[in-house]
Order: sequence, then structure tokens, then C-alpha cells
Amino acid sequence: MAFIPHTADDIDRMLEYIGAQSIDDLFDEIPAGLRAGALKLPPAMGEMELGRLLTERAMGDGRPVNFIGAGAYEHHIPAPVWAITTRGEFYSAYTPYQAEASQGTLQLIYEYQSMMCALTGMEVSNASLYDGASALAEACLMAVRANRGSSSRRVLVPRTVNPTYRQVAHAIAGNQGMVFESVEFDRSTGRTALAAVQPYSGQDVTALVIQQPNFFGCLEEVDELTDWAHQNKILVIAVVNPISLAVLKAPGQWGTRTDAGHGADIVCGEGQPLGVPLSSGGPYFGFMTTRMQYVRQMPGRIVGRTVDTQGRPGFSLTLQAREQHIRRSKATSNICTNQGLLVTAATIYMSLLGAAGLQRVAAASLQRTADLVARLSAVAGVKAAFTTPRFHEAVLLLDRAVPPVLSALAQHGILGGLDLTDRYPELGHALLVCATETKLDVDIDAYAAALADVMHVSRAAA
Amino acid sequence: MSDIPNDLRYTKSHEWMRKVPGGAPNGVVEIGISQHAQSALGDLVFVEVPEVGRNLKAGEASAVVESVKAASDVYSPVSGKVIAGNGELAAQPELVNEDPYGTGWLFRVQTHAPLDEDSLMSAAAYAQFLADEAK
Amino acid sequence: MTELRAREPLIFELSKPGRQAVTQFPPHAAGTAEIPAHLRRAAPPALPEVSELQAVRHFTRLSQMNFSIDTHFYPLGSCTMKYNPKACNSFAMLPEFLALHPLGPEPQGFMACMYELQEMLQEITGMQGVSLTPMAGAQGEFAGVAMIRAYHRARNDPGRTEIIVPQAAHGTNPATAAMCGCSVKEIPCDANGDVDIEALRAAVGPATAGIMLTNPSTLGVFEHKIAEVARIVHEAGGLLYYDGANLNAILGKVRPGDMGFDVIHMNLHKTFSTPHGGGGPGSGAVGVGARLRPYLPIPIVGRDGARYRWLTERDLPQSIGRLSGFMGNAGVNLRAYIYMRLLGREGMVRVAEFAALNANYLMKRLQAAGFEAAYPTRRASHEFIITLKRENRLYGVTAMDVAKRLLDYGFHAPTTYFPLLVPECLLIEPTETEAKEDLDRFCEAMIAIRREMEQEPEKLSSAPHTMPVRRLDDVRAAKQLDLAWKPAA
Repeated sequence: MAFIPHTADDIDRMLEYIGAQSIDDLFDEIPAGLRAGALKLPPAMGEMELGRLLTERAMGDGRPVNFIGAGAYEHHIPAPVWAITTRGEFYSAYTPYQAEASQGTLQLIYEYQSMMCALTGMEVSNASLYDGASALAEACLMAVRANRGSSSRRVLVPRTVNPTYRQVAHAIAGNQGMVFESVEFDRSTGRTALAAVQPYSGQDVTALVIQQPNFFGCLEEVDELTDWAHQNKILVIAVVNPISLAVLKAPGQWGTRTDAGHGADIVCGEGQPLGVPLSSGGPYFGFMTTRMQYVRQMPGRIVGRTVDTQGRPGFSLTLQAREQHIRRSKATSNICTNQGLLVTAATIYMSLLGAAGLQRVAAASLQRTADLVARLSAVAGVKAAFTTPRFHEAVLLLDRAVPPVLSALAQHGILGGLDLTDRYPELGHALLVCATETKLDVDIDAYAAALADVMHVSRAAA
Repeated sequence: MSDIPNDLRYTKSHEWMRKVPGGAPNGVVEIGISQHAQSALGDLVFVEVPEVGRNLKAGEASAVVESVKAASDVYSPVSGKVIAGNGELAAQPELVNEDPYGTGWLFRVQTHAPLDEDSLMSAAAYAQFLADEAK
Repeated sequence: MTELRAREPLIFELSKPGRQAVTQFPPHAAGTAEIPAHLRRAAPPALPEVSELQAVRHFTRLSQMNFSIDTHFYPLGSCTMKYNPKACNSFAMLPEFLALHPLGPEPQGFMACMYELQEMLQEITGMQGVSLTPMAGAQGEFAGVAMIRAYHRARNDPGRTEIIVPQAAHGTNPATAAMCGCSVKEIPCDANGDVDIEALRAAVGPATAGIMLTNPSTLGVFEHKIAEVARIVHEAGGLLYYDGANLNAILGKVRPGDMGFDVIHMNLHKTFSTPHGGGGPGSGAVGVGARLRPYLPIPIVGRDGARYRWLTERDLPQSIGRLSGFMGNAGVNLRAYIYMRLLGREGMVRVAEFAALNANYLMKRLQAAGFEAAYPTRRASHEFIITLKRENRLYGVTAMDVAKRLLDYGFHAPTTYFPLLVPECLLIEPTETEAKEDLDRFCEAMIAIRREMEQEPEKLSSAPHTMPVRRLDDVRAAKQLDLAWKPAA
């Protein structure tokens, strides 16, 4: 019996001790009319047999060379990261409620929180949320609690923010009367212009979301947007790529104010680039940091350093009174967990890379993307959509429909990028491409050659 | 008894209210939580008082008191405008535990209408209420 | 007794300027020249600078300061801390699976697994549709209540915004209702641990959106009157939500769909043995009856002939929408799939059988040792509650003291102080994967602790004694917030 250690003798002795005739007796409180019949499920498989099936299925999906980003990025993951993360003591432990028997997990989360504060330039971090998209939803709800001067529940979401994030924010926060208003982007720069938010000056707005780098890979003018928001008593929610923060201004420094009010108010984003594999979209983790003054409005677990009864340092979950198991319907969120295992991976990743390594990853990714854009836009019928400074993604415009081009590239073993036609029809035949440090010259050459081939063939066919 | 001073009025949600002598036409009241409430919460780690100038409705959640095991809203027993919050509590939330009826007061409200003290419980009634609740 | 590593410095304390794990760095690239000065970072972030070995040793040592299922019996009630088979992790981490970009072409091999998982979960729960996208139990709950609201709205009955919750319910239930813009009405349970039917009758009405129930309940007993509860709520126009926290108790024995539930969330990290990971990732798949199917969160795996494809807003225009950036915790779902295939139909039924056998055996043994069961006339489900109110009165010890002392004996503590209704309680869930000898050893520890209660209760009140730390000062932690290490100025 799979994973059941009981021998026939054990079963007999246990039933006798309980005073039951059979195991089925233990279910005699379930009304007979409700009892289930035989389940229509496949029979059990051994590990060897199942391993073969799964290997076949996995191999069948192949390993194309990937140039898609759009919120999930392929980076090198150092071997120690998952070798340690999958140790049973991390992998099979529960949420660290029994602090004395969970100091490993707790100290690790404290180290994680410290690293995220350092990276984002903020004062406090939670122990993580589910993913980047849901972290933005939680950040919007948090902004309502934190911005006491606003009662509108209106959040400005530029269209340069990942469109899926907006959908998720709407699905999660929409039931609580939140209103998400779109802000158009500048068609020539791919950025959110100050002029696009200025019509909201003087209005009751709870928060402005700024994604840096934005969904197109372009760098937003974060200082002027932050200054404008603060002048209008609007909180700034920064959505950032953690790798980019090795080279880009930390959200805690956004804006030109020099007093205590400088910087973004809530910072969140997708933690996946920090050592988490693409894995079909999850599990990833969302991160969130903020100012100390808003710590009680922040959702999710938080670990604090304290002392034990003998004065020795130790770690425990703190500020739990905000959470669902105590505050019930008045909790900051219904969230119970963090994404502990992914945080473990990210903390090991950040420790191995350090500031210098992350800076190298960011610089290499930026360089690879620049190389890619240069090579691809040299192909006839392809040009870059924006010349704005960017991080490691770019929008390309094709002279024909994108989906057939992507299908043809797939035949060459290349995932050529994300088709933006549905998300941004006004851009025309737009394709979002990404190259991280994992893409070598040979990969970029292969993409450029395949694209030239595909564009040439389809032109010939046309 | 000292746990329930006679000169105060009480609510079922364990706030107390004290009339502040003098003051504006309709009167000013001081609000806090009872000895019973602070003891049930345990060591307070955080207190949030309402901002001065905020208009409160009777029964509105106006302050938050938080211990490691619970966080609880404090409801204003009266309608009116907040004229003071106890600023000491930001650094010393334990004052509410140590002296709930004195230095541990939470906020003062200038009431909108003349005060109807009989809408709240007397010390004797509150003592009876606690005794009933404990049953 | 158990040995955990006593202490490990912060990684920042191991750091030295200029030390680098260069093997992990990509080659130098110019790259950043293009970034305008005002958008550039001024000073590097204060991350540690350590060698690869230092990092490996540090995090390995931290792991050695944890209890886990792989190292300790972990009878944490309501959490189903069963063995997480290694195969689930190994196969889910096949490099081809890990390399799949969520926005790439629809991966047929991976999607076949997800489709079959949907089908199997649907069969086990007796529902008509399943979505795997919620990323944790709380998000599954959210999806469930959001679907109930969407259903009432679509029927032009938007005034149904009250969610009924038994007092014994987990705190996420009311928190979830609030997140969905609903108000909560709590109803009491009777002395047997069942829902108070009269209170339920009085609570339902034209504002009732639905009721959230766990069965077996958080009190560890099967809700006898479930059919009647379902009838009352349905007749009042509400729907029934099943909190799948305790699904392990009834796998293959009774199906929520057959009990009358309209929507269910399943904690794949409990019943289907995906890892808890020190607090996540979980996965909170939802199942629905026919009338809620149009509202399922997207994406879902569909099948056209032999080809699998993602069903999106185009296929389900009334969906409550997307709850995650892509498709939920895909890798966790894959682990659950692998677990279910390893067990198959025979193994699945045995889960509940042996979970119940272990729980009832352990309850009887503890009762024989003088511990008081909270519901002595009832069968244990997959878990049961011991109340220490008598011990508390006689010896002044608390459930927390016993929990902490158990750590010294090498057992993770049961859940304490939940459900809140039972004073000084321990909620104990042994799970089906524990051997009789381990249950016996746990009992012996409890018997020894009982002796200590009587003879040297201070041993309990000052426990644990053998862990890396003694009890921590939670008041100080919350008052003098130290939430991040900072470099010396």
C-alpha cells in the first residue's frame, strides 16, 4: 500500500484497541445514503513506471530556445539553490508557528526581508505573497488602508503595467469597491507621460501604480511621476523587477524630494527572477516592501528578531494581530501563507550573487537584449517600436501578422517572443522579446537567421 | 470597586467615557478601554488613536488596540469631533495596561449633541454586565 | 531527545567586502551605459558577500534548526503533515518541465497531466468542474465565495451578500468573506460539535449568499446533519461552500458533491501531499457543481479532440477572472498529480482509512493515559481534540506548555488553541503515513509529560529546554520591531 506502513498485524491490534470490527466501522457516523461508491480513478503506478510516463511527457514538450519574458524570466540558477531548498528540513516543514522548532526557516525569512529592503530601498518587507500579480492586488488594497486622506478607492494603472496584473487586481480587489482607471501611454516613447496623469491633479485618488521597467521593457520617468503623485497626496505603488534593482534606482529613492517623504510608498513585484525556474508559471513568489509607518497595513507574514527568556537572540512571526487567524473578517487579507520555499530559493540566490553578481546579471541581460534588438531589427520588415532606454525587453514591430511568424520560428526551435496584438492592438503587429544573460551569441544568431528565413519565406509566399 | 470607577460610564464593548469639566457647549468627553478589556487583551504592543479633527459617529470604530494575541477596534460611544488623541501611547502602549482609566486614556471628543449619559451603563450596571458575561 | 543546531550567525555577519561566488556570475558586459544617470542606482544594495561554500554551509545549517516531516513526527492538526514522496519532487523538477515558459506554445505533455489532475479531483469530490489556478487554500476560498457572488449577481439577486460561518470555522473563512465584499454571520455549534440547526434556520434569509462549512468540522467530527443543512441553505436560496481543509478524512468515503456542496476548495498541500515548504507554496484548486461552472477562475485546461488547450476568458466570459499572473502554482499541481498517480484508486481510499485508524487509535490511547477528549462520544475523523482544561486547573499547565514540552521529546507540537471553542486544546492529526510504533512513542511522551505535570510542572512552563532557543519574547518582538538587518552606518 503506497506510503502506508501498517502490517496486517498492526491493523488487527489497532482495531482491537479501538474496539472496532473493521476499518469501515470507523466511518459509521457518515449517513449510509451519502457513502461514495467506487472511485473512477486510474490504478496505482510504481515510481519506475510513472517516472517513465512523466519523462516521456516532459521530453515531448521539448526545450526550445526561449526569448519570451513578459513577467517570467529565464536566468541562470546556481546549483546550490535548489539542492539546499529541497532539503527535507525546508521542503517538508510547516509555517513556523512553533518558533523554537523553526528557527531555521524564521532566520532565513528575516535574512530575506533584510535583502528585499536593501534591494528596494524600503524599511520593511513581508515574508512574501503568492506572486507578482496578486501582490499588486494586495498592494492596492493596502493603499486604501494606508492613504487615510483618500476615500475614493481609485487607483491609476498605466497601460504600461503588465495587463495581466491589472486583470488579477480587478479579480481580487474588485469585490471591495476598488476602481482601477487606465492611463494611456505615449505612443512614441512607450512610457507613461506626466501629461497623461496630470488631468487627475487635485482629485481624490488613492494610489498610482508605476511599473519599472514597464511591460514594454522601457524605463519610466519615475521621479516626475512620483513627485506628481505626492504633490497630489496619492500613494505610489512601485512594481519592479528585482534583478533590475541592481542597476536601476531603488524605489525608495524615487522622486526629487529630499525629506522623509521621498520614494515610493509600497513596492511589490514578481520574485521569480531570483532563482526560481519558469516552471509553467509557478510556483513563484510576490514580494512587498513599504515604509515603517505602514507596516500594520501590510498583508502577509512578517518575521521579527527578538530574544528568548534567557536573553538569547531568536526569531518569531510578529504583528500577527493583523492576520486572519486573529482578526478574522477585519484582517488585512485572508492570506495564511507566504511562498516559503521560493523565498528560500531566492535568499540563497541573492546570497550567492550578492550585489556584484546581480549587477553582472542585470548588465548582461541588458546587453543581450540590446544585441538581440540590433540583430532582429536589421531583418527587413522588422523594427524596434521605441527608442526609449530599456532594461531587458523590447517591443518589435513587424510588417505582417505576428502569430504565423511565431509558429514558423517554433519550427526552428525558437520561442520568438510574446504577440502583443490582443493586448495592444493599437501598436499593430507588435512582438515583445526578451534576452537575459542566458542567451549566448549563438542563440541570438540562430534567432536572427531564423527570423530572416521566416520573413523571407513568408514574403515570397505572399 | 477600583476596577470600575464610579464616576465613569461604560459600553458593552468595554469602552469607558468620562465627562471633561468645562469645555464646549455640548461638552467634551474622554474615552478609553476598561480594566477588564485591557486585561483580556494582555500586554498591548500598539495603540492607534484617531486623528484630531476627525468626525466620529457613535458606534464607529475609532481606535485600535493591539496585543500579540489580539487586535481590537475601539468604538466611540458618542458622535462628535476628535479634539485630542493620547500621543504618549505611540511610544508607551503599556500605559493602557498600567493605568487604563488615567494615563492610558485614548482620545477626547467634542460631542455634537448634548450628552445623554443614560444611554451608557453606570459602574454598577457594567459590573453586573461583566458578571453576566462571565457566566 | 532531539538535537537541532543551536545557533548560526546572520549571513550578513559572514560577509566580507570583495568576496564573490564568481562561478555563478555571467561574463562582464557593458550594458548599463544606456541607462540615464537619474534612473540609475546610486549605491549597491547591502547584500551579503560570501563564498559559495559559506552560503551552502550557512543555509544547510539553518535547515538543521528546523523540525520537518522528513525528520520528525509532526501531528499538527488541520495541516495534514503526511509524507511528501520524493518522487513527486524529482519528477516535477525534470528539466523540461522547469524550462517551460508559461506564455509559450501549449505544452501538451504538461497539460495532459493537468487535465488528468482536474478529472481526478472532480471524480474524488463529486463535482462538475475544476480549476487549478488558486495558489493557496485562502485563494481557493476566495475563488469559491467570489463564484457564489457572481452566481447571485448573474441571477439579478445581488442583495445576497451574507455568508454564514459556524463559530468553529477557521479565521480565513470570515476574512475571505470580507475580501469578497460579503458580511459574516456566525452561528453556534451544539454540544456534539454539530451545527446548531435552529440557529441556522434563524440565520438564513433573502440576504443569504451561502454557508461555509468544513466536514469533518474543525472540531474533528463528521457533521451528522449535513443533508439537512444543505436543504435549509438551498431552500433559502443560498449555496454551500466546502472548505477542503479536512478532505483527507473522507477521501473515497463520501464526496462533497454528494453531500450537497456547490463549491469546494482543496488544499493540495494537505490531502494530496505537496510540500508545505515552511509556509508555502500551497495550491487551492476549486471544484464546482454545474451551476457554478461558468464562473470558474481561468485558465483551465480543456481538450479539443487529442489536443489540450488553455480555456480563457473567451471560453468562460462569466469567469471571476484571473487570480495569478499565469496559471497558478503549476509545479505544485504537478506534484499533486504525481502523488495521485502513485496512489491510484486503491491508495486514495486507503488514505482516509488509515488516517482514521491512526487518529482513533491515538485518541483511545491518550484517553487511556488520562487525557480528556473534547468529544468523547464521537469517532475521531482524521484528527481529534484533547482538552487540558482539567490539567490546567489542577497543575496550572497550559496547552502551550505541553506543546513546547513535546518539542523536547522530539515531536512537533499538535495545533494549539484552535478551534477557539475548546479551552486549552490540542488538535492532533497523525496522518496515515505514520507507523504504529511512532504513535506509541508519541503516547509514551505524553504519558511522561503527564507525570511531569504532576511532579515538576515548572519543567513544562519553562519548556522547551533542548531547542536552539527558549520561548521568545513576542511582546518585545511586536513593540521593538526589528524586521530587517541594517548595515552599521
